[in-house]
Amino acid sequence: MVDLLNAIVLMGNYVIVPGLAYGSQLALGALGVTLIYSILRFSNFAHGDTMAFGAMLTILATWWFQSMGISAGPLPTALLALPIGIIGTVLFALATDRMVYRYYRKVKAANIVMMMASVGVMFVMNGVVRVVIGPGEQRFADGERFIIKAREFKEMTGLSEGLAIRTTQAITLVVTIIVVALLFWFLQRSRTGKAMRAYADNEDLALLSGINPDKVVMVAWIITATLATIAGTLYGLDKSFKPFTYFQLLLPIFAAAIVGGIGSPLGAVAGGFIIAFSEMGFTYAYKRFIGYIGPDGWVPDGLLQLISTDYKFAVSFMILVLVLLVRPTGIFKGKVL
Amino acid sequence: MKKILLATVASTVLATGAYAQDINIGVILGFTGPIESLTPDMALGAELAIDEINAAGTLLGGGRTLVSIRADSTCVDSSAAQAAAEALVSSNNVAAIMGADCSGVTGAIANNVAVPNGVVMISPSATSPALSTIEDNNLFFRTAPSDARQGQVLSDVLMDLDVKSVAVTYTNNDYGKGLADAFQSSYEAAGGTVTISAAHEDGKGDYSAEVGALAAAGGEMLAVFGYADQGGAGIIQGSLDTGAFDTFIMGDGMKSQALIDNIGADLNGSIGTQPGSAGEGAKKLAEMLTGIAGTPDGPFTAESYDAAALIALAIQAGGSADRASIAAQVLNVANAPGEQIGVGELAKGLEILANGGEIDYQGASDVELIGPGEAAGSYQEYVVEDGMFKVLRIR
Repeated sequence: MVDLLNAIVLMGNYVIVPGLAYGSQLALGALGVTLIYSILRFSNFAHGDTMAFGAMLTILATWWFQSMGISAGPLPTALLALPIGIIGTVLFALATDRMVYRYYRKVKAANIVMMMASVGVMFVMNGVVRVVIGPGEQRFADGERFIIKAREFKEMTGLSEGLAIRTTQAITLVVTIIVVALLFWFLQRSRTGKAMRAYADNEDLALLSGINPDKVVMVAWIITATLATIAGTLYGLDKSFKPFTYFQLLLPIFAAAIVGGIGSPLGAVAGGFIIAFSEMGFTYAYKRFIGYIGPDGWVPDGLLQLISTDYKFAVSFMILVLVLLVRPTGIFKGKVL
Repeated sequence: MKKILLATVASTVLATGAYAQDINIGVILGFTGPIESLTPDMALGAELAIDEINAAGTLLGGGRTLVSIRADSTCVDSSAAQAAAEALVSSNNVAAIMGADCSGVTGAIANNVAVPNGVVMISPSATSPALSTIEDNNLFFRTAPSDARQGQVLSDVLMDLDVKSVAVTYTNNDYGKGLADAFQSSYEAAGGTVTISAAHEDGKGDYSAEVGALAAAGGEMLAVFGYADQGGAGIIQGSLDTGAFDTFIMGDGMKSQALIDNIGADLNGSIGTQPGSAGEGAKKLAEMLTGIAGTPDGPFTAESYDAAALIALAIQAGGSADRASIAAQVLNVANAPGEQIGVGELAKGLEILANGGEIDYQGASDVELIGPGEAAGSYQEYVVEDGMFKVLRIR
């Protein structure tokens, strides 16, 4: 019985808790990609760097708050700075749309042209972030670091395995639940949300019924920039902020959106968690886990690791290829890329 | 346009070959790249030795001066480093090269530029064990010890603490892999168990998966052979967060006050090693570099000074700035027998050699070249106590 509890705690500590946090961050990112895909109909490669840009603005605002002595007590100051980051990123995204994408919409450019334009935007944003905050790692997390520490958990429960839950992991999950709930409510219930869904479903019909396309596009950018800033800040808080890592995040985010079915918000959320748990599950070494639940005193010699952690990103690739081969619409019947 | 071009060409020719009395010494270090914060001080260390020789004015009977020609090794880009070294050898006609810095580019330059051209190379900081066995025709030397030695020292430290099993993680490059392998063979020979030896990539945002694998393998301590501002720090932070490991043994790349500042009190009790004896020579050099270098006692400045000094003394010993003559003399001036020459005594060394005597150069890092021409190496064993690195002993 104790062994079973130890096994559960072990998995909780190394797979479930980090997986939930990572999955939430991917889900928020994938939601942004999916929204742009369904409204503007192109794969937005600049999304990873939009996250970096939003996180950067939030970090700058956090430092400003910290210098004035404002803090959120046990919570990270970055949460207070988030609205500033969101407003800045929304303005930046709208300006980008006006300067770049609007033209391509007007000339009714092919999807691939829009996509390549977004690659250009990605490089520009990439450069802007590096020029402003530098390519190095930035630390901006403050407040209470842990909800429960591994050592405290061991002393409390008497188990030999510890469970650590970082404040940032809990915040990530809570914020994601709130944001996703708000977004779904908005899309299902509000007038603008319904207009967006109609526009995504059939552009011509939506235009005929008097939906203003400019407004739909604008709202889509506002929501996407908001989601990107929140996702970027949470990722930076929970792990670390380095501009390059956001570029690397692009792959798992796209994998998440496509696995869930691109264009489907529900699919993006599900896809985020599927990718996160696959990455964690495939690269975790199950040696000690089996040691606990296996027969008494029997511990395997090998690590029981399916693939090395070096190949973490390969997991996203594998799933991506598999889904595109077997079920191109994804789990929740999205569009085909 | 043509005129400007002509003028430029003419001035370069003038600049490089104006005085036959000048002897060019290449200083090839990673002035850009991952260790760009260390290299300016290293170059200043080497140039301090060159200035000292020039001030003495007795090189090769007087009237000959050494000129430092800097080049960029980039630390990571082998083709760029080779091109830079090629330029030093062919257009600047250097007598010898002080450098390079990182193990990967040093190997590339040695194999493809220095050895084919018969140019002596003395690296102040390349520590990969693989460099001990390259086909160097006795042209490659280093004033830094091989990591094979550091692996042995780390193993001794653990054995003295009675730690019998450790997990190992290393940064995925020549340095990390070399040190991890060296450590593993020494440690296992001494009766220890390495539960896992896993590479980590630098520059990632999240190391929880790596930490999970290390934790599953278990061990009394975690050995981290990485960089303090890169993956090594991420692994340590992740291990402490999840409670996977409490104490760490760290290689020389991890010794940085920034690591302690970022991680805090949880790092107390962790141990590590760092090349250097902190002896009289190193202290004296630090004094001499105060006001010149940003960090007078920074990593590898002493080794850089010594590398440049060895080149100069070898020129004097052979009585010629000829490349082959330098190669033949490096070990003679570096090792016993002879009068011991310390930091700031280069003029005395030149004098003795000019009179046909022998010297045993000690310099800033107590130079003693063993085996294929590399420093025997003494290491500081340190422990983290109250947020400070505290040197326990020299090994």
